[in-house]
Amino acid sequence: MDTTYFRGSAVKRYFRETGEVWLFARRFFREAVRRPFEWKELLNQCFIVGNQSLFLVAMTGLIMGLVLTLQTRPTMEDFGAEAYMPAMVGVSIIREIGPVIIALICAGKIGSSIGAELGSMKVTEQIAAMEVSGTNPFKYLVVTRILATTLMVPLLVIFGDTIALFGSFLVEHAKGEVSFRLFFNKVFHQLSFGDLIPATAKTFFFGFAIGLIGCYKGYTSKKGTAGVGRAANTAVVVASMLLFVLDFIAVLVADIFFDL
Amino acid sequence: MEPLIHIENLHKSFGDLNVLNGFSLDLFGEENLVIVGRSGSGKSVLLKCIVRLLIPDSGVLEVLGEPVPELNQYEMDQLRTEVGFLFQGSALYDSMTVRENLEFPLRRHPEKMKGHDVETLIVNTLKSVGLAHTLEMMPEELSGGMQRRIALARTLILRPRVILYDEPTSGLDPITAKEIIELMLQIQKEYHTASLIITHDMDCARVISNRMIILIDGTNYAQGTYAELSKSTDPRVQAFFK
Ligand SMILES: Nc1ncnc2c1ncn2[C@@H]1O[C@H](COP(=O)(O)OP(=O)(O)OP(=O)(O)O)[C@@H](O)[C@H]1O
Ligand SMILES: [Mg+2]
Repeated sequence: MDTTYFRGSAVKRYFRETGEVWLFARRFFREAVRRPFEWKELLNQCFIVGNQSLFLVAMTGLIMGLVLTLQTRPTMEDFGAEAYMPAMVGVSIIREIGPVIIALICAGKIGSSIGAELGSMKVTEQIAAMEVSGTNPFKYLVVTRILATTLMVPLLVIFGDTIALFGSFLVEHAKGEVSFRLFFNKVFHQLSFGDLIPATAKTFFFGFAIGLIGCYKGYTSKKGTAGVGRAANTAVVVASMLLFVLDFIAVLVADIFFDL
Repeated sequence: MEPLIHIENLHKSFGDLNVLNGFSLDLFGEENLVIVGRSGSGKSVLLKCIVRLLIPDSGVLEVLGEPVPELNQYEMDQLRTEVGFLFQGSALYDSMTVRENLEFPLRRHPEKMKGHDVETLIVNTLKSVGLAHTLEMMPEELSGGMQRRIALARTLILRPRVILYDEPTSGLDPITAKEIIELMLQIQKEYHTASLIITHDMDCARVISNRMIILIDGTNYAQGTYAELSKSTDPRVQAFFK
């Protein structure tokens, strides 16, 4: 079977879609600074994004902290280094595992719901209805959602990190009888600005990517209910992949500027 | 008299599919022009070109004297407030209450309020469609016929001069359909709008039309009043009246 055609069309589709996402992002920046702003809807979306994932992020964070500590502790004990546990867990959660895992959870929860919501608005012509009443659906639907995820994902990551550290503390407290004060002292003693700044900065990009891909997939979704399902599904897949790419870039950049 | 909508030799195709093939029409003030055509003949495409949800490939397309394809975004949005559009599936914003549905276009075009306050306008418009009591309901709580009425109220709230109806009676039972048709006539008397109505419901066409165009092969195959067309001997025209 001749597969060159399929490969050719898949590659072409990939580049075309990348180009379209790029244009979509450019439109976001252009419309985001143009008056009038949809403040009320922005607040509403921030609330929805936060409220939607709060419980999930808390659960994930707690389990992440518990598991990470339970699993590394025996090895550290072998080396007689259990005193370093809080420092090690703190650095790995705050610098890498927390942001990535929690952003992935958000991509699953928020990305899919944005994709499905805008997708169904698209196929039921609600977006067209906004357009023909002389209003700007891009501004009302897309700009507010991307801003909301960009602002809220970092907050969710900070929240999740905190819960994860608390989970880790629970294990340390049970196994090593470390006090709350001592545990968090050790965690923060080890952390420098070089850890905190890039770790927080990249979460804004994660949030932006989740909102951007969710909105793009929903806003451009194809006709029919199958289109809605696909919009939600591909939003999660593409956003998750993009998170890893962004994380890789963030680590490279941090490496250059903060001299890890 | 200047037509409100003037279309001449309009072409629109999707790939190899020629949907509109030199279609022309003129819509004059306070008239009801009905376009009939089979499913898939390009009726919705025509309406979408008029409000620039689609861009025609060639031809003249003027709404209220403005050349639609050439307007910039701001001019287009202003023009769109003068042209109401009733979607085939109502297209109510399903995350908003009825009140918010009506408020949505109004808040973004405060110049359209002409000194009235939002509340009065919303309540009055809802009264015109006979659904004042649904103010705080969600679209999913309404029947199909009620949704169609609310969608009509949402277009009316900007006081458009022209209303484009895309199959206003589709998906409704005959009695509800008749109510919608009566409502359309009443709205026209009350608001002095011109209407371009797309349908394949011949009862609707008979009651409401001043003039009809039959859309076949992307062109205006035949036109005239309902009475004239119903007497036509052309089998392709006759097929609609059986
Ligand atoms: N955006 C689009 N892209 C590609 N093809 C389209 C698009 N919109 C419409 N078409 C095609 O144009 C043709 C006419 O579609 P249209 O929706 O205007 O039909 P219609 O006359 O409104 O039919 P119905 O009575 O079923 O609503 C169809 O064959 C449809 O597949
Ligand atoms: Mg149609």
